[in-house]
Order: sequence, then C-alpha cells, then structure tokens
Amino acid sequence: MANELIVCRGLSKRYGGVRALDQVELTVGEGKIVGLLGPNGSGKTTLIKLLCGLLQPSEGALQIAGMSPGPATKARVSYLPDQMYFPDWMKVKDLLELFADFYADFSRERAGQMLDSLGIQESQRVKTMSKGTKEKMQLVLVMSRDARLYLLDEPIAGVDPAAREFILNTILRNYNEKGTVLISTHLIGDVEQVLDEAIFLKAGRVIRHEAVDTIREQEGMSVDALFREIFRASV
Amino acid sequence: MSWKLTDTSPIWLQLHRRLALRIATGIYPLGGRVPPVRDLAAEAGVNPNTMQRALAQLEADGLVCSNRTAGRSVTEDEAALTALRRRLAEERIRDYLQSMADLGFSKDEAVQLLENWGEEA
Repeated sequence: MANELIVCRGLSKRYGGVRALDQVELTVGEGKIVGLLGPNGSGKTTLIKLLCGLLQPSEGALQIAGMSPGPATKARVSYLPDQMYFPDWMKVKDLLELFADFYADFSRERAGQMLDSLGIQESQRVKTMSKGTKEKMQLVLVMSRDARLYLLDEPIAGVDPAAREFILNTILRNYNEKGTVLISTHLIGDVEQVLDEAIFLKAGRVIRHEAVDTIREQEGMSVDALFREIFRASV
Repeated sequence: MSWKLTDTSPIWLQLHRRLALRIATGIYPLGGRVPPVRDLAAEAGVNPNTMQRALAQLEADGLVCSNRTAGRSVTEDEAALTALRRRLAEERIRDYLQSMADLGFSKDEAVQLLENWGEEA
C-alpha cells in the first residue's frame, strides 16, 4: 500500500492477565475514512489509545507516518476520546483558546464557523449543554485541526439521528486528502456509507480488513449485515 | 431526488446509477457542469473516494469529461445521451416484463395490457 500512515506489527496490549489486543497486524493508508468495528470489549478503544500514545504496547510496535507515538505524532494526531474531558465551568471561548494554544494546526476560524452553524454561542458554558451538543462541540474542535490522523472513538454513540448526521457530515467536509480518519463504532449501519474501509476487531484480533465495497461485492450484503453475522455466533 | 442507498449492492455502483439518471433526466444538462466530488459526497452523505469512483466510471462510460482545472462537465455528445436513455429504458422494460411474468402474463399479454392502458377506465 502506498503512503502508509498507520503500521502496527505484532501489536499486543495486556491489562494484567487480560489480552485487550493480541498480535495485531495492521496497515492503513492516507486519505481514507476507516471504520474500526467491533462489539464492546473487542479492543477498539485500546487500539486508539495506543495510536495516540496514551498507552504503551506490551509487545510489538506501531508507527504513525513512520514515527513512534510521541510529541511529534501528537502534534499531527487529533483525538476524540469516548468520554467528555472538559470541565463543566469552561466556556466555548475557553475551549477554543485551549485548542489554539495546544495545537499549531487548529483553525479557530473553521471552528467558529461550525459552532455558528450549530447555534452554539462562545459564551456558553459546558455545564449548560445537552449531551448531544457537547458531543457535537467536541467533534467540531477535533475536526478543526489540520491533522494527518483523526482518531474518533465512538463519535456517534448516544446522540440522536439528526446529530449523527451532523457529525458524519462534519467529518466528511473537514478531513483533508492527506489525512486519515479512524472511526470506532458498533453502530455500523449509520457510518457504513462514509467509510472507505472496515476493520473488524474480535477479542483483540483483526479478523478482517477490507474496502466496504469489496465486502459488499464479495458477500452480497452490507458491512452491517456481515458484522451481525460474524458476531451473532459468538454472543 | 434523494440519494436513498440500499444495503446490498456496492455503494459506488448505486451512486453511479443515480448520477447517470440525473444526466438522463437533464438535471445535469448536456455540456453542463457536474458539481465537485466533495459537494456531491456531502450531499449524498458518502465517502468522497466512493463518489470519485462513481464519477470515474461515468467518465469511462463517456458520459462525463473532466477538464483538468474546471472540474467535470457532462458530455456534449447527444448520441451518448440517447444511448444512455435507451439503456435505462430497456432496464425498466425488462423489470416490467419480469413483474408481469411473475403475475402470470405472457409478454404478448403484457404488451396488450400496455397498449390498452388508459382506454378503459
């Protein structure tokens, strides 16, 4: 594959005796939107945390654009955690300043425009926001960076269908051709159309990694249907 | 016209069909501009690379041409448009005859029914 952005070789992560990731071999190119699909506990969040350098591998290695996770990759990786981490007292304005301070590639202008279109005021406090608004605002901040890699951990979980549509559209409109977006989710039906490729994780292993349309051509079914088939047996 | 996509067939093929239909019905007229990939992708809610693949196929079909800097435009070749409309019409005729056959009508009966359509009310 030309222009490899993510390369994992024999990547494993154990928490005590639990193998969260087991010998993962993975290569992801640039300019793609990739779904990281798997049921709860399959290792999605662990893989994302390894990619952004929040966790250290137990075995094996991973590289982002040829570098091991560290300050240099963090400057180019934009991460949306699966949980909100902003304190309640902060205002939207504070968050914009925080991001502008931390990330050289953050476009305040772009963030401002998107927040405008959502009707979110800069004077609004995190405390006063609904869950959906918080998630949308967080995504706006993350997608307003000109990153090489966007790691989005469950960006559409727990929001209504209209908010989902906004979130997916924001992703489509804002990633750049050189950037890759990795979206972890178990809500496959909702994201399938925006994906180039799907990675299936099962019990810490990559069991399938293919282009969405290849899966549809080979299996004659959607990725969502295939997911249900693979994971129904194991539940 | 919405982009309602179905589950079973590859997404790029479905997009290709939708775009061809837009050309056949004159939504994108002969010689007219085709919107940029990104806009089309956002409108359909699909991945830009997938939309790109659909447009590339339209190009290969000779229905769309790309002008290096100015994006894409619909062909000016009227014969290509006529051929497209004919191909789409044939698909619909095949579907019609198939569903009539499912209902137990022969091709001749189906044609007869079509000819008398609207006369007896």
